[in-house]
Amino acid sequence: MKSSDASRLTLILLFTPFALWIILLVILPQIGVGWLSLREKLGPREYAFGFGNYLDFFREPIYWNTLLRTAWISVLVTILALFIGFPVAWYIAKIARQRSRAALFLMCLIPLWVSDLVRAFGWILLLRETGIISGALQWAGLSSGPVELLYNDITVVIGMVYTVVLFMIVPLVSTLDGMDNALLEAGYNLGGSRLTVFRRIVIPYAMPGIVAGCIITFMLAAGSYLTPILLGGKNSMWFTEQIYEQFVTRYNWESGATFGVLLLVFTSGVVWLGLRLTGQNLASTVAKE
Amino acid sequence: MHDLECVNLTRVFGRHRAVNDVSFTVPRGSFFSILGPSGCGKTTLMRMIAGFETPDSGDIRIKGKSVLDVPPNRRSVKMVFQHLALFPMMNVGENIAYGLKCRGESRSEIARKVEDVLARIGLPGVAEKQVAQLSGGQKQRIAIARCMVLEPDVLLLDEPLGALDLKLREQMKIELKLLQHQFNTTFLYITHDQSEALVMSDTVAVMNAGRFEQIGTPKELYNQPGSGFVAGFVGDTNRWAGRVTGVNGDEARIALDQGPEIIARQGATLAAGCRAEVFIRPETLSLAPIEGANQVSGTVDSLLFNGANSRILLRSGERLIEIAQGVMDATTPVARGDSVTASFRPTHALAFPAPEAG
Amino acid sequence: MNVAAPRSGLMRGLYIGYMLAFFFYLAAPLVAAAIFAFNDSQFPALPWKGFTLDWFFGREEPVIGLFHDRRLMAGLINSLWIGLIVSALAVVIGACNAFLFERKSFRFKSALYVLMIVPLVIPGVILGISILVFSSMIANGVSDAFWWEWDFLRPGVLLVILGQLSFLVTITTLVISARLRKFDIALEEAALNLGASRVRVLATVTLPYLTPALFSGFVVAFLVSFENFNTTLMLVGSDAPLTITMYDRMVKVGSTPVLNAVSVFLMVGSGLLALASVFAQRPRRGEG
Repeated sequence: MKSSDASRLTLILLFTPFALWIILLVILPQIGVGWLSLREKLGPREYAFGFGNYLDFFREPIYWNTLLRTAWISVLVTILALFIGFPVAWYIAKIARQRSRAALFLMCLIPLWVSDLVRAFGWILLLRETGIISGALQWAGLSSGPVELLYNDITVVIGMVYTVVLFMIVPLVSTLDGMDNALLEAGYNLGGSRLTVFRRIVIPYAMPGIVAGCIITFMLAAGSYLTPILLGGKNSMWFTEQIYEQFVTRYNWESGATFGVLLLVFTSGVVWLGLRLTGQNLASTVAKE
Repeated sequence: MHDLECVNLTRVFGRHRAVNDVSFTVPRGSFFSILGPSGCGKTTLMRMIAGFETPDSGDIRIKGKSVLDVPPNRRSVKMVFQHLALFPMMNVGENIAYGLKCRGESRSEIARKVEDVLARIGLPGVAEKQVAQLSGGQKQRIAIARCMVLEPDVLLLDEPLGALDLKLREQMKIELKLLQHQFNTTFLYITHDQSEALVMSDTVAVMNAGRFEQIGTPKELYNQPGSGFVAGFVGDTNRWAGRVTGVNGDEARIALDQGPEIIARQGATLAAGCRAEVFIRPETLSLAPIEGANQVSGTVDSLLFNGANSRILLRSGERLIEIAQGVMDATTPVARGDSVTASFRPTHALAFPAPEAG
Repeated sequence: MNVAAPRSGLMRGLYIGYMLAFFFYLAAPLVAAAIFAFNDSQFPALPWKGFTLDWFFGREEPVIGLFHDRRLMAGLINSLWIGLIVSALAVVIGACNAFLFERKSFRFKSALYVLMIVPLVIPGVILGISILVFSSMIANGVSDAFWWEWDFLRPGVLLVILGQLSFLVTITTLVISARLRKFDIALEEAALNLGASRVRVLATVTLPYLTPALFSGFVVAFLVSFENFNTTLMLVGSDAPLTITMYDRMVKVGSTPVLNAVSVFLMVGSGLLALASVFAQRPRRGEG
């Protein structure tokens, strides 16, 4: 049939860009990194294959400590973002009136479009020794001298939550928006308390949004570079910083690639675990927006 | 000569025969309806005529010429879609001009034709309006005008009234019929609503499970249904099961499962001893005695008031019998709980062989 | 009464207080970054020494404004044209992907769909190093085998474009798919039925319907490209885009008010573009 030939041709035409993109820019480069991570440098232009780079990683406590630290701060940031973001998303989706809803949502999105760098820069101006908050504290007489608020873990966490909380709010708003208030009314009508209605109706309904938000937030946190470096200073011990250092400063691509693989495997593992525990899948959560 | 002719059309999806060996002809300028329950294959049939589906076998001829090799955008069959499919990105005038532009007609010609067709459907001067500004009935007329401006040989209409509310639907039925007269074009109308089909059509084909059960005028379908399916699907009816005990000419004696034994007209040939179904319309049952008629008795279960379509429900054994009652007020002779006898003439009781089990 | 809202007045007040605090938290660093762009001082810090626009338009040392700072302007221009190229490519590929996944059926479709989403959840740094590693492998291979030096595969503009493209395509695909999914296929059939050719149907019905999504996919891709740091950092050569230039300045020179001026510029630019995209996505009159 003529028409089925034409349909085959369009399929091929549409498939080609997809295949080129996914193979050349995603799959092969990842395989390349994996391959490089298995190559051990013995001397100039002399290589062997094996797990030596991985062994080096586990032999050096500072490396795997950095990975663990990155992981747990990322988890902490994700949980905080969920707790801070949920009430905001609830307000926008369920309480705000139709008109102010769009405006509030837009206000939430504005920082999203401002570079990480600008946001971190703003925090620095606020928190450093000569910054606004330090100045305000002195002016109010709460402190006798300049206060350095930068370069500690709490600052890093505050800054990172700031960077990622919007990615938590957006999927939450879009899921909660789809929830009919009649569900809540039915819940109360059948005798549920605030807590049971929240636990048995709201949370299960919002689960895809919660999971999507958590995945994106966690990946962004674990993969972030600027915020921990700029707000945490020299001793921030962040894993992406290690990767950058291996690639750029030490020019040790093999071990940089190893770290890259480890970060990817580790974060994917956490995401996979999260999906398994909540019974969701990637396509139905992240791609839903 | 016929505007549209379908010969032994068959379309199979996997193991499901959506359209099974369907043949029919539509004379020029007539209003032809295909009536059937959802899933009977009527939409597939229409999509084959429009060219969106290819038949597995059979032929479609328009004005005598086969169109199987003609792609959908070259067939002179235009279609009004179920949800109208008016282009939201164009205004009313652009919607109507779309097909003319595709044909490459001149600008002045297009403007003249658009104006002309808008006047004919009674909506002059709406060309600049957006589609969303129109009411449901106006959209309907624009969708028809968009096709009619191309002067098609056949206009297909795929349940276009389905999305309208009841009042408007009643009004549009009459309007569609008038439009068809005015344009004098062949309409092929698909619907699952029997009243739409009966009111508007010159000819109705009743379709079931991929086949045509019967083709005829609305009156024929109602009064002389050719099968049990048609008798049950077109119009309201009481349906009773029984066994044939004797056959005499075109009449049959049937012992109803719930009693009694009655005389019925044979809708299709029956043999003594086989299972049969008897169909009796509510308006043919009478509470006044009729000489030489069949009788069933029971108690009045309830009176259902619905204006001129009111019903008396008679409980007789385990079945409920519907009896039409044109006037239901203080003069109605029965009340709930009364024991009454209903009569009906043998000629109004139509018997068909019972469908095979399943 | 809204069942979703707290019942007691006190709780309602607390809730509104929380919302205000949250928006204050969102605004604080942006305001801090913006405000010192207008302070007539050498340092982005208190005290306030009066309003000035010198950090945008100043010409003389030591106050060289953003628009006369040669390196920052070069970075801005680089960012602009990298962003335009990347977004155009991402929209074209994203539109193809959207049609592929929404309209066609083929083997392993659901697995490939997941694969299409994956770049969104790979950390940007890793996308950056993977493109760097892969292109260097090819460049080294070509150099060893044929003695050709393929410099375009070394860190530089091309790699930045490819690196950003690797995850922007996912974003544009999702944006365009979302709208294509809502498209009523009967509109295309109606156009065909009225005599239009396939190409004409695409040009007059399908693409006009998709235009808002194509536009907003483009804007989103452009903004993300413009502000991307993590992936770009690994791939950048001598033609650094604005964020990298700004970072360099911050690390090497320390904070100066010209960086605040850049921040204001970025905020205003992105804000306007984001608004434009929101309005483009709005249902217009005449769309049911």
